[in-house]
Amino acid sequence: MLGTQIKRMCKTSWLSLIRNGWLATATVLVMTLVLSMIGGLLLLSVVANTILADLKGKIDISVYFFPATEEQGIMAVKKSIEGLREVREVGYVSQVQALDEFRERHKDDAVILSSIDELDANPLEATLNIRANTPEDLAFIAGYLKDKNYPIVDKINYFENQRVIDRLSSVLASIKSVGLVMVLALAFVAILVAFNAIRLAIFTAREEIGIMRLVGASSWYIRGPFLLSGMLHGMFAAVLTSLMFYGVIWIVSPKVAFLLPQMDLFGYFQSSFIQFLGVLLAAGVLLGGTSSFIAIRRYLKV
Amino acid sequence: MIFFDKVSKIYSPTSAALKNVTVRILPKEFVSVVGSSGAGKSTLLKLLIAEERPTEGRIFLDGDEVSALSYRELPRVRRRIGSIFQDFKLLRDKTAYENIAFAMEAAGRDPKEIEEDVPQVLDLVGLSDKAYHFPHELSGGEKQRVAIARAFVNQPDVITADEPTGNLDPVNTWEIIELLTKINELGTTVILATHNKEIVDWLSRRVITIDKGELIRDEQKGTYIL
Repeated sequence: MLGTQIKRMCKTSWLSLIRNGWLATATVLVMTLVLSMIGGLLLLSVVANTILADLKGKIDISVYFFPATEEQGIMAVKKSIEGLREVREVGYVSQVQALDEFRERHKDDAVILSSIDELDANPLEATLNIRANTPEDLAFIAGYLKDKNYPIVDKINYFENQRVIDRLSSVLASIKSVGLVMVLALAFVAILVAFNAIRLAIFTAREEIGIMRLVGASSWYIRGPFLLSGMLHGMFAAVLTSLMFYGVIWIVSPKVAFLLPQMDLFGYFQSSFIQFLGVLLAAGVLLGGTSSFIAIRRYLKV
Repeated sequence: MIFFDKVSKIYSPTSAALKNVTVRILPKEFVSVVGSSGAGKSTLLKLLIAEERPTEGRIFLDGDEVSALSYRELPRVRRRIGSIFQDFKLLRDKTAYENIAFAMEAAGRDPKEIEEDVPQVLDLVGLSDKAYHFPHELSGGEKQRVAIARAFVNQPDVITADEPTGNLDPVNTWEIIELLTKINELGTTVILATHNKEIVDWLSRRVITIDKGELIRDEQKGTYIL
């Protein structure tokens, strides 16, 4: 009994969508635009968080020592740093090791290798790589080293990494807030368009509605189909957007992998596709439902 | 039983559609409501199906106070009243059969019931052979008969007919009136608003006369007098 009624309501809302086909198409497309923005922001924050986490995991303080510094002096510095509570680990790369690593890295490049051989002395500097317990501790350690002002230390390259991270974070934060404002503005437009679509659907069906009222159809039986077709707009838009993202990411993913080797964008997207679709569906249903609810309240008197 | 208890309907301060009308209509009665155009006949019917709410007074249909029902309760009462209009109010893109089935669907009836009842009611109004005709393929009288079938199919206790013959020629007019009396004989209360003198006189049933919103005459075997 209830099932029959629900089936009838689904049929009515489907017919209403078909009857107002072009308007429904336009509405779905506008909603797709909004959902694309939301989807884009979602993916952007995933990518950005991966990059930031990666960078944060990588930040350490590298202390470079002038070439030909006695290993003893370096060990003394190492010891004094290791005494700090904030320090998790200190790695030592001697000049010889640095050179070996360099040769290993460029083993296919005969030009670089031969030019290294030309030099009398080893040009590479010995380094201490300091990892902290938390990224915040790095500032303290860097400050400590600076205060000590060791004469054998050539440079400390902590500050540059931090600046990159800070800048990246702030750029991302502003992209996110601009994106959010755009999502809100577009959502408003989408609600207006969907609202008008439902209003027109109500107008188109006014004779049926009149007869339904006359024969005592319940108010949810009359209103339900319009609420449902509003939500259907959102669902179609969500599916369309997800498929578009699927295609675009499939194309873009190899290029991203080239820039960020640790990021398998397509793999990530595939594995969380259901969640992605779910979020967009929820957003679409909310958009469509809200606008048809307003339209029904204003134009469908039962 | 239908009971209008001191009902007034005022649309604007200068004109009252109904003034202090009190009427009692018993089950299975056939009542004609007469009066010139704008006298308030339609308003009376609209108030009964709660299309309009009275400004003053109360309206009862058996135990229900129609004039005080919430929107949630209204459908239940409306299902007990079938309505017929001068302009038929059929859906253009549906056949005669579908028009009737649509009303049953909206009232929440089973598909099986619909399959059984629609042919029966089409037979009652004599349109079995035109079940799959669209309204534009039917004559005025046939359209009105489809509308009567639609009003009757949900087995209402009351049928209200607002000028049902207003658009019809004399032959069709008589067919419709005969159909309404037949439905009345089957046990349904019929309230017929009309200004057709011939019909009222021929029926020789109860006549309620309204003039400028006031009930001026209520006779058991009345005629059309204005």
